[in-house]
Amino acid sequence: MSASIEQLSCQELVEVVTDYLEGALPDSERASFEHHIEGCTGCHEYVRQMRETIELTGQLTPADLSPEAEAALLAVFRDWKSR
Amino acid sequence: MIAALRARDERVFAELMRMYNASLLRVAQIYVASRSVAEDVVQETWIGVLNGIDRFEGRSSLKTWIFRILTNIAKTRGQREGRTVPFSALERPDAVPEAAVDADRFLQADHERWPGHWASKPEPWPEERLLAAETRAVVERAIEQLPPAQRAVISLRDVEGWSSEETRNALGVSETNQRVLLHRARSKVRQALEDYLVEAR
Repeated sequence: MSASIEQLSCQELVEVVTDYLEGALPDSERASFEHHIEGCTGCHEYVRQMRETIELTGQLTPADLSPEAEAALLAVFRDWKSR
Repeated sequence: MIAALRARDERVFAELMRMYNASLLRVAQIYVASRSVAEDVVQETWIGVLNGIDRFEGRSSLKTWIFRILTNIAKTRGQREGRTVPFSALERPDAVPEAAVDADRFLQADHERWPGHWASKPEPWPEERLLAAETRAVVERAIEQLPPAQRAVISLRDVEGWSSEETRNALGVSETNQRVLLHRARSKVRQALEDYLVEAR
């Protein structure tokens, strides 16, 4: 484990940040990731920005069907119901 | 919900549409070119759901079943449009390498002391601008510009708040591929935010 700790470069870290946030990193890589962001202001900030990105994305209103299409579907429903 | 739908309860049908229409649209857009065809596909999907609900056996969740109907219809429509169904986008998303951050932001691999370390590191974002409506618009535009498979995954996961398992089932992709698509989508949205929030580097 200790051998890999120093080996994760910043350029590599940004490619496994989603694996990290998803809990998909093996324990040893996870330790190496956390060790890295503790000592590296750039990567620490990068991970924070990814979290902020996820949070901002979560504030969006989902795209929706046009009102016409939805009305048409309700008409289809009523037609189906009367069958 | 299944029972209520079988009982022809219109409110439940309207509720289901509200729950899934946005996601159905996003997934349909993986397979068909235009928004209007994607809307057609969603309409046909609901017709398929109504026609099939009495025979639905509940071997998968209602949600998974609805998305399977959608995917079948969307694939057929995409083929009819002469569109190459982008299997590779879902099944081999890592076939084409894509960097989360431009290589020129890092020191070169042969750098004597710090190979692969930041040459130009990310600067903190101004808190007050993060909350602005324009910033959300930047996120929205960045998502619109993503390749369809990446757009679908980030929409389901981060906009709709689905779990990775729900997303995998709806799209029929492996866990790893779902994660690759999510990673690329989030990385690009982060980059768009950085471009917008940090003026001159």
